[in-house]
Amino acid sequence: MHEMAITQSVVETVCERLEGAPARALTLEIGRLSGVVPDAVRFCFDMAADGTALAGARLDITEPDGRARCRACTNEFRLDDLIALCGCGSADVEITGGQELRIRSVEVL
Amino acid sequence: MCATCGCSDPAGPRLTEVHPGASEHGHEHAHEHEHAHGHEHAHGHGHGHGGLRHRHGDESGHGRPARSAPSADSGADEQTVVLEEQVLAKNDRLAERNRAWLDERGILAVNLMSSPGSGKTTLLERTVRELGPDVPVSVIEGDQETLIDAERLRATGCAAVQINTGAGCHLDAAMLESGLHRLDPAPASAVFVENVGNLVCPALFDLGESCRVVICSVTEGADKPLKYPHMFRAADLILVNKADLLPHLDFDADFFTDCVRRVNPGADLLWISAARGEGLDTWYTWLHKRMPDPAVTS
Ligand SMILES: [Zn+2]
Repeated sequence: MHEMAITQSVVETVCERLEGAPARALTLEIGRLSGVVPDAVRFCFDMAADGTALAGARLDITEPDGRARCRACTNEFRLDDLIALCGCGSADVEITGGQELRIRSVEVL
Repeated sequence: MCATCGCSDPAGPRLTEVHPGASEHGHEHAHEHEHAHGHEHAHGHGHGHGGLRHRHGDESGHGRPARSAPSADSGADEQTVVLEEQVLAKNDRLAERNRAWLDERGILAVNLMSSPGSGKTTLLERTVRELGPDVPVSVIEGDQETLIDAERLRATGCAAVQINTGAGCHLDAAMLESGLHRLDPAPASAVFVENVGNLVCPALFDLGESCRVVICSVTEGADKPLKYPHMFRAADLILVNKADLLPHLDFDADFFTDCVRRVNPGADLLWISAARGEGLDTWYTWLHKRMPDPAVTS
């Protein structure tokens, strides 16, 4: 499960940036096409945060929708998975949103 | 200690023999600052502006979040610190370093990804034997299931190192760095990186490899690209192994090709049989075309 490695990376990055200051909440952005499952990150978070400045912090996750643009007809549309097909029949589609995997902000005391 | 792979964990990944320089990557922190707009503070109390947000042009240059002086108002003491950092930023920076290291030496690093049973090890053995006379080949084994195979590969005279990923489900850039330092591959050679045998997790982690190859076989479902779209989307080449068995199976090759096109229209697709040798010349040609220019190793 790559979510454990990813969650540990998040905790370590945030703790470095905060230089030990305790945080009460953390906001992540995990796009719906990122390949990372938010529930799995939530499941891992308490364990990864234990004993760090993020221990006991609330985890907020925003989940941007997938977006795509067709290179053939320039149509833009919502994308629910990576199996991209434009209404015009073209599969030459550029994914423009939903692949975010980002640490947004923390609330510190 | 590596943040991304979590190797501080006692059960985490480790090399059988860690190179002394392997841990230095942990101290590089050129944080990126993509300041998002409209995300200043969730809990502004009027007096907080200026201090809460990480300031542009912060002279510290280390992405240290700016904190305001403690507020005199009680109950207004929480602050939102905007970080805006890619979750995989550390891994990606390290991957770029690996890529530069490989480029300097004219080395082709091929990240091989597959599910168990695709015939990856048979393919690797045969490739070492048949490509070896033209291009020096070495192997980094990251798959726990193939511990014995590293010995088998060494028996053919091919340099091979084993990375024990412990409980890890994927290789990351730090592990490849350690593996490369220990392997010390010759300039203008090819390094095959046998990633952990699953089609989910390795797709997310850039190792700094030159190209990504997904191996699957006709004994698996023809809808595999749709089931593992991240992996197939990440591939430069898809090798379909055991193609000699096609007449005996109800694997729909056209449907499989269609699935690949829907997930990754730009990927190359080759049908091979690692056991019988069919199609392997096209695989070797594909590799030869991607060998970096040896002139850069002067
Ligand atoms: Zn279109």
